[in-house]
Amino acid sequence: MTEERDTIRALLGPAGPELTCERCFEELDRYVDSELAGRDPDREIPGMGAHLEGCPACREEHESLLALARES
Amino acid sequence: MDQDSSDWLEALRDSGPRREHAVARLHELLLRAARFEVSRRRATLPHLRGGSLEDLAIQSADDALMAVLAKLDDFRGDSRFTTWAYKFALLEAAVRLRRLGWQGREVPLEPASWDAFAGGGASPHDDAETRELLGALRVAIDDQLTPHQREVLVAITLAGVPIDVLAERLATTRGALYKTLHDARQKLRRHLADQGLDIKGVAG
Repeated sequence: MTEERDTIRALLGPAGPELTCERCFEELDRYVDSELAGRDPDREIPGMGAHLEGCPACREEHESLLALARES
Repeated sequence: MDQDSSDWLEALRDSGPRREHAVARLHELLLRAARFEVSRRRATLPHLRGGSLEDLAIQSADDALMAVLAKLDDFRGDSRFTTWAYKFALLEAAVRLRRLGWQGREVPLEPASWDAFAGGGASPHDDAETRELLGALRVAIDDQLTPHQREVLVAITLAGVPIDVLAERLATTRGALYKTLHDARQKLRRHLADQGLDIKGVAG
């Protein structure tokens, strides 16, 4: 993947429907626990994965919560 | 709801010493989460002393504790209570750290900041499709977006300005800014599709 392709993806964002930042925060704990349980979080919470792809801040928060919950 | 989560709720809704003990345990849990976030981002804030970062973690845990206690009735038991509570402390710490990281820095909103990316910036190794798409995207950003949409898109996606930092500078909310970003992206996608450009291969 080239830097230019990454730039295009960042500019255009995800293709499918996505949650808002507010809904993402509401569902973040459920999404993470679903991931840790080995279930299918994107099927349980449609639009979450697309939002995490398109929103750098929510993506960072997801990465932190996943890492912390995994340690707990 | 799992037993541990149920125990947390029951203790926090109790009164007297049991509740006090549960609140103290919850604060410890939230402080652990805030310190975890500080630790993850420490390298991006080399100018900050350890004492300042510990103060930041404590403030984040204090505010997260208030938020968790105020929203206790919102917890539905769809996740573990600890995972639910952690997210408040992580958010409090992350927002503070992002703002500190951009303190005193100018937020780039002008098109000049994305010239290097959107101009002739494609490397010789890039395929013709990518170069064509980049060129069309640059024109579309100039021609199709409102000035506000352009500023938000440039700042967040090209200059790497955190959305909550931008929201603070523009006196708006994170949600409102993300909607602007989303609308701008949709407009660009529609315009490129109308031009017959295949964006699926690069951007889904």
